[in-house]
Amino acid sequence: MKQYQCIVCGYFYDEALGDPEHGLAPGTRWEDVPADWNCPECGVSKADFEMVAV
Amino acid sequence: MNAPIVILGSGLAGVSVARELRKLDKQVPLVIVTADDGGFYSKPSLSNALAVGKSAAQLALTPMAQLATQLNASVIHAHTRAERILPEGHALETGSGRITYGKLVLALGAQPIRLPLQGEGAAAVLSVNHLNDYAVFREQLEGKRRVAILGAGLIGCEFANDLRVAGVDVAVYDLASQPLGRLLPARAAAFFRARLEAAGVRFHFDTSIEAIALSSQGDGGSSSYRLVDKHGNTHTADLVLSAVGLKPATALAQAAGLNTARGIVVDKLLRTSAPDIYALGDCAEVEGLVLPFVMPIMQAARALAKTLSGAAGGEVAVDYPAMPVVVKTPACQAVVCPPPAGAAGTWREEVGPAGVRALFVGAGGKPLGFSLVGEAVKEKQALAAQMPAWL
Repeated sequence: MKQYQCIVCGYFYDEALGDPEHGLAPGTRWEDVPADWNCPECGVSKADFEMVAV
Repeated sequence: MNAPIVILGSGLAGVSVARELRKLDKQVPLVIVTADDGGFYSKPSLSNALAVGKSAAQLALTPMAQLATQLNASVIHAHTRAERILPEGHALETGSGRITYGKLVLALGAQPIRLPLQGEGAAAVLSVNHLNDYAVFREQLEGKRRVAILGAGLIGCEFANDLRVAGVDVAVYDLASQPLGRLLPARAAAFFRARLEAAGVRFHFDTSIEAIALSSQGDGGSSSYRLVDKHGNTHTADLVLSAVGLKPATALAQAAGLNTARGIVVDKLLRTSAPDIYALGDCAEVEGLVLPFVMPIMQAARALAKTLSGAAGGEVAVDYPAMPVVVKTPACQAVVCPPPAGAAGTWREEVGPAGVRALFVGAGGKPLGFSLVGEAVKEKQALAAQMPAWL
C-alpha cells in the first residue's frame, strides 16, 4: 500500500485508507482511483493534480 | 552568460511554474523573488481549515529552504519586494538590489478589495488572502462568538460554512439577493441558501454594511462592533471579515508601462506587452479572462514552463478547457461552471429533492455552462466534458 500527496494542497491519499466518503473503499489502489475523483481538500481532479509517491 | 529566469511571486502560480519548468530543464538558472517568507502553502485550504482542524502553522506545507532545494532555484529572495521593473534593461529593482533577467514571470497575485466603510471599527475589518492574514484571523477569532462576513460569494460562503462547523455564530451580508451571485440561477441558489441556513448561517441580502462602530462589551474588555447597514438597521459582531472579491496586482506592471486592464494583459502565450515578460495567475488577464482559481493556474503554469524551457521549440499557448469550480461548503456541495461572459442563453433548472441541476443553454440547445448543488454534483465530470472550451 502506498501514499500519494497532492502537491497543491498537501492532502495524502493513502491506498490503505481509501476515500470512503467519495466512494473509494479502503485498499483502493492509486491506479484504480477513477479519473473523475477530486482531491477532497482542494477540489482539483486526479488528472490535473500530480500526486507523488511518498 | 545566460541571465536567469526570474519569477516574481511564490504563490501557487509562481511555484507551479518553477516546478513545471524543473521537470523540463533542471539546469537553467532560476531566481524567485517574493515579498513573503517564500514558504509554500495551500491557499484553497484557508477557507476550510477550521473544519479539518488545521492551524495556520499546519497549513504551511514547504518551508523556503526545502522549496529552494526541490526547485534547484539559484536564489530565492524572501521578504524582498520588487520596486520597479525596467523592461528595457531586462532588470528589476528590488529592496535587495538590482536583478537582471533573461525572462521575467509576473506571478504577483491579487489583493482583497476593501469596501469604503465609515466608523472607527472599519480599520479592524479583516480580509484573508494569504497565510499570514489567516494567522491573524485565527488569532483574533480566539474566544469570539459572532462573526460578520461581508460578501456572500465563493469565499464568503466557504468561510461562513467553515465557521459554523467550528460553532461560531455567522451572519453574511451581500448586496445581491442570493448567495454566490451570478454563479447560481435562482432555484439552485435557493437550495444552496436553505442548506447553509439549516447549518446555521444567517444571510442578510439586498443590503450592505456602511459603517462599523466600536461598542465596548465591558466583560474582560473584549470589544465588539456595531454594524450599520444601508437601511439603517444595526447588527452586532465580535469580528468582521471582508470577502467581497479580489483585485489583480497590476501596479508594478502598470508603472513599468505594461498594458493592464482588470489584470496584467497577456495573450494566449501568456506574454505581456513587453518583450520577455510573462504573467499568469491571479494577477493576469488572459485574453480578457481573469480566473483566480487553481485549475487555470495549473494550466497556465504548464504552458509557460514549456515556453520558458524552450522544450517545445517556441512559445506555447495556454489551453483553457471548461474548468468547473468546486465550492467548499460541506453543508451543501456545489459546483459552478459559468457560461462565457455575455453569452446569450437561458438557465434550465431541474429541481430534485436532494439537489438542483442547472444547465445554461444557448442557441440551438447548446450547453454553455452549468451549476450543480446537492447530490447533482455527481454530474460534474460528465457535464464538464460537454462544455465548450473557455480559450
